[in-house]
Amino acid sequence: MKNDAVRIKAENLTIAYGDFVLMKNLNFEVENNDIFIIMGGSGCGKSSLLRILTGLQSSPTGRFLIDGMDFSHSGENRRAELMRRCGILYQSGALFSSMTLGENIALPLQQYTDYSPKLIKELVDLKLSLVGLRGFADFYPSEISGGMAKRAGLARALALDPEILYCDEPSAGLDPISSRLLDDLILDLNQSLGTTFVIVTHELASIFAVGTNSVFLDAETKSIQARGNPKELLRNPPNEKIHNFLTRGEKTHG
Amino acid sequence: MDFNYKQNKEELILELSGSFLNYDNEKVKESLYAAAEDSGVRIITVKAGGLQKWDSTLVVILCRLVEISRRRKIRYDFNGLPVHLQRLIELAFSVDRKPAHDEPEQLPFLENLGTKGLNIYGDVKKGLHFMKDCFASLGRLLTFRAVFRRIDFLFALEDCSYRAVGIISLVSFMVGLILAFVGAIQLKTFGAQIYVASLVAIAMTRIMGAIMAGVVVAGRTGASYAATIGTMQVNEEIDALKTMGVPVTDFLVLPRLSSLIISMPFITLLADAMGIIGGGVVGVLMLEISPEEYIKYTQNALNMKNFLVGIFHGFVYGYVIAVCGCYYGINCGRNADSVGVATTKAVVSSIVWMIVVTGIITAVMEALKI
Ligand SMILES: Nc1ncnc2c1ncn2[C@@H]1O[C@H](COP(=O)(O)OP(=O)(O)OP(=O)(O)O)[C@@H](O)[C@H]1O
Ligand SMILES: [Mg+2]
Repeated sequence: MKNDAVRIKAENLTIAYGDFVLMKNLNFEVENNDIFIIMGGSGCGKSSLLRILTGLQSSPTGRFLIDGMDFSHSGENRRAELMRRCGILYQSGALFSSMTLGENIALPLQQYTDYSPKLIKELVDLKLSLVGLRGFADFYPSEISGGMAKRAGLARALALDPEILYCDEPSAGLDPISSRLLDDLILDLNQSLGTTFVIVTHELASIFAVGTNSVFLDAETKSIQARGNPKELLRNPPNEKIHNFLTRGEKTHG
Repeated sequence: MDFNYKQNKEELILELSGSFLNYDNEKVKESLYAAAEDSGVRIITVKAGGLQKWDSTLVVILCRLVEISRRRKIRYDFNGLPVHLQRLIELAFSVDRKPAHDEPEQLPFLENLGTKGLNIYGDVKKGLHFMKDCFASLGRLLTFRAVFRRIDFLFALEDCSYRAVGIISLVSFMVGLILAFVGAIQLKTFGAQIYVASLVAIAMTRIMGAIMAGVVVAGRTGASYAATIGTMQVNEEIDALKTMGVPVTDFLVLPRLSSLIISMPFITLLADAMGIIGGGVVGVLMLEISPEEYIKYTQNALNMKNFLVGIFHGFVYGYVIAVCGCYYGINCGRNADSVGVATTKAVVSSIVWMIVVTGIITAVMEALKI
């Protein structure tokens, strides 16, 4: 494996709130073009890990690198430049409530590109139709449903054609069909634009449909319990816990 | 980046090669679209043998071509594109459910006026209804049947009493100072500066103490009620309370309302005292009245009636501020902006209503000769 294929490299990260340590000594690598799944029980610190990886929170120990550049210890400008390559979908959508969906998506485009207003509008419409919200550009976040807000949040995350896309539970709150369409979108973006994904999800169907690599965070041991391709993990679960998680604890008969 | 198109009889051929990033050339795009609209064109073909890198700016163009060919009912052949790019375009067209967004109707003038009038009537009714609910909650409180957490009440009480002492003292002290100062200029011309003491004492106790306390508390506490409750509305917490069957006025309004009603008379007292001290400072230091004399005249001017009227005003203001703050909080919209709007409305309407209520009380007292 060539080293330049590694996009994100986490070394010895700790997730903690004050003295309350959630995870210790996290080491993992996300390779270019991966769809990297972060799994684990509710409240084990997955969203917090994403906060660290997106620079919203700092890790008391260790560091992580994006494209070989140390993110944790770099200055404001370097961070902004690295973050420009990343799109983020927050667990709650995090749309700006005083702007329409169109304005929400246009904001990063206006901020980072010098596209003409016409092209920005076309791009906004494209992103909205990719997530199945064609024609909703003039709606305010308070006028759409929770699942739609999620998809609009994804459209905003996609605005700049990010190289790395972090998603916190993208399919939570979506119906099975929309959820599958979302998986399709993830796969297509991954294979066409070459976007690398880091996804926190509990959705077993999506985990198996899209995941190419994963880590399983365990709250009890405060460490990574397993890693690798989710399908592999299902076939050869390294321990009972992971087997239970991946099969929803259902007993296999026979 | 390369971007060529040519027309070959019925076929419009678009050739893409190299890397296609950040493409924003409006003129070329428009001429491509115009070519696609040409009535001679029956099929649009895209060849992308040499295409290396591309981004959404290309997808935008391709989607537009699909749209045009769908509308004109002509064929398009995108098989030359990378498979996943084709899929992405497909996906963009997979859900085609246009939302219904009603444009607000333009009403004729009279109808518009009538609608506005009805809206105001509706708002007034809603407001009165809310006041009724608040009284009902107070009634339940007095009969020990209200549902609310004691800790909420204690927090609210601490916030609007102990924590407000500093700012109220400062503001009323300054007001007493100003009153004495302005009064002295006039009274001095008659050599009657000693009556500054009476002026300050009467003005502060009868109304100014209560007004100053009210204005500060409206800006401080009323605004925070509206913001806190408004944020709860945004987070659907109020919906959760309602569906749990907890009366919102009991749970949210009552702790705040009762703590303000209780603390406002005391805050008014404090404001009265600080105002008189402020007046005293001017009297003693600038008008050279001896402290003993100032105190004597102040004592003579103070009477129980003015004093109680002031306290009563404070009590009523407490009710007004709490009701306005909570009302606008509960009727807050569903986004971050609306919390700001609710806060503004709460403060402005508290102050307006305080003035209105003062007018009413004064008129009633005149009529009753109190
Ligand atoms: N700001 C905070 N201060 C203190 N503790 C926090 C804070 N935010 C989260 N926590 C704690 O960190 C833990 C992990 O939270 P986190 O949101 O990362 O969980 P999660 O794995 O994303 O869970 P879920 O799957 O339910 O979203 C929780 O137990 C929570 O109590
Ligand atoms: Mg989470």
